[in-house]
Amino acid sequence: MRGIAVPMDSTSPTATEPSRALVPVLLFAALALAPLLGAFGAERYVLALLTRCAIFAIAALGLDLALGCGGLVSFGHAAFIGIGGYAAGILTANGIDDGILLLFVALAASGLFALATGAISLKTRGVHFIMITLAFGQMAYFVANSLKAYGGDDGLTLANRASFFGHDLLADNRAFYYLSLAMLLAVYLFARAVLRSRFGRVLRGAKENETRMAAIGFNPYPFRLTAYVISGMMAGVAGFLLAEQSEFVSPAFMTWQRSGDLIIMVMLGGMASLDGAILGAVFVVLTEELLSGFTEHWRVIFGPFLVLVVLFARGGLLGILTGRRHG
Amino acid sequence: MAEPLLALDRVTKSFGALRVTDEVSLDISKGELHALIGPNGAGKTSLINQLSGSFASDSGRIVFDGEDVTDLPMHARARRGLVRSFQVTSILPRFTALENVALAAQSRFGSSARFFGNAARESRLNEGAMEALAELGLAERAHRFAGTLSHGEKRRLELAIALALQPKLLLLDEPMAGAGASESEALVGTLSALKGGCTILLVEHDMQAVFALADRISVLVNGGVIATGTPDEVRSDAQVRSAYLGEAG
Repeated sequence: MRGIAVPMDSTSPTATEPSRALVPVLLFAALALAPLLGAFGAERYVLALLTRCAIFAIAALGLDLALGCGGLVSFGHAAFIGIGGYAAGILTANGIDDGILLLFVALAASGLFALATGAISLKTRGVHFIMITLAFGQMAYFVANSLKAYGGDDGLTLANRASFFGHDLLADNRAFYYLSLAMLLAVYLFARAVLRSRFGRVLRGAKENETRMAAIGFNPYPFRLTAYVISGMMAGVAGFLLAEQSEFVSPAFMTWQRSGDLIIMVMLGGMASLDGAILGAVFVVLTEELLSGFTEHWRVIFGPFLVLVVLFARGGLLGILTGRRHG
Repeated sequence: MAEPLLALDRVTKSFGALRVTDEVSLDISKGELHALIGPNGAGKTSLINQLSGSFASDSGRIVFDGEDVTDLPMHARARRGLVRSFQVTSILPRFTALENVALAAQSRFGSSARFFGNAARESRLNEGAMEALAELGLAERAHRFAGTLSHGEKRRLELAIALALQPKLLLLDEPMAGAGASESEALVGTLSALKGGCTILLVEHDMQAVFALADRISVLVNGGVIATGTPDEVRSDAQVRSAYLGEAG
């Protein structure tokens, strides 16, 4: 049979033509070189902005795995960012600042929250799923608001950034940025591997045609739940980094508007492509920064732009860049 | 007589006041090709839906391979070897033809809880899938996206997916629907080659195909089985003639 079992990279939806394969290489190269812009001054500002891009790209990647690839429109993903952030904040407030440990706790906490809420939410589909994830997100928001011991609605200031193996590596903004970028790369490579795997193929298949998948013996539920947990944990990592970067965490980390921003990043960049999620996150963070310099009503400009992209470029920014219009 | 592979005991289903399946009792023996015929709206697809688990029956029992499957969902029945095809093609359009079939092979070969390794390159999955595709003359189409195949090719892909699961019982819901004359002929050839190896319940409007292929035929009218027998018995059944074959010409 070997004769006809031809390798099929060129046709698999996750691996495509050379021009498309270059996108992530260029994307990461650009992100790696971007701190050079700091040479023109305001290095601290440039690094902070770039770090924010990398952090939100991690969260958007996580959401893309659930939303783009699994068809799960979660409107509560900011909760995971908040949980990751509070894990770092609360432990730091209690004198624990080992980076590895904080990261582990952030992953565990966001993963558990995803498991518990996903197990319930995934019993529903469509609009119901959107609403129930929003509800869980709001619950997390109000719980954070009521954490009197940890600042309540004022939020919580971190006394210091986390240390790694006894070194205060993160004190240096450049090191912090490259750590965030390395994590983004790790998350990206992991997500790619997962999508190509047996697991990922079932997940993608269930998004495309649930009945067909059931007819060949697959129950989508455990696959979706697993994807949702992985997705939530990725957002948890982003939350950990965000709290460490700003040395502050507050309920504002997990507003429903932020959940919406994450969806916008994924849709704007191009769903189910992973590269698109990174592109979308960078674009939204930079645009927000740029436009909010002109006016606090920056969404008035951003909104119509979003409508245009959704109407005329179904493949999002990635589709525009690679000349492919389908999503 | 040996225990039937599939036994239906007074299976009933209503949609509101409409009784689409009316106390259907039916035995299908291992190895036979059993055809289910009946006029449009007789409830053939509804019965297939209940057998495959697409929707639940209101009452009655379905026993498959010695196990009561009445309350099992579709994916659980498929895992037990009770596999269906759809009257309206149901495939994964943005997966390649090969991947469509390889997913069925993956379902059969146990674990899908694998998060690493490129599934599209697993020769163990692809080889079985290529065999099923080749069997239906789709080998050259293997690397095309399923959504870009012609209607006839999609119908054959649907069958290839079902075959790759190596079912104990194959429920075929009008596999020839919309196929041209030559394609129908090819499909009859494929089905007769399958016959014996795999038990088949065939719903089909093409009477020539049905009478050429079937070991036994059941006739469904208004949700109820009015006759079951060999093709000759059914052909000469007076009730069937008046209810169905007569009006079909």
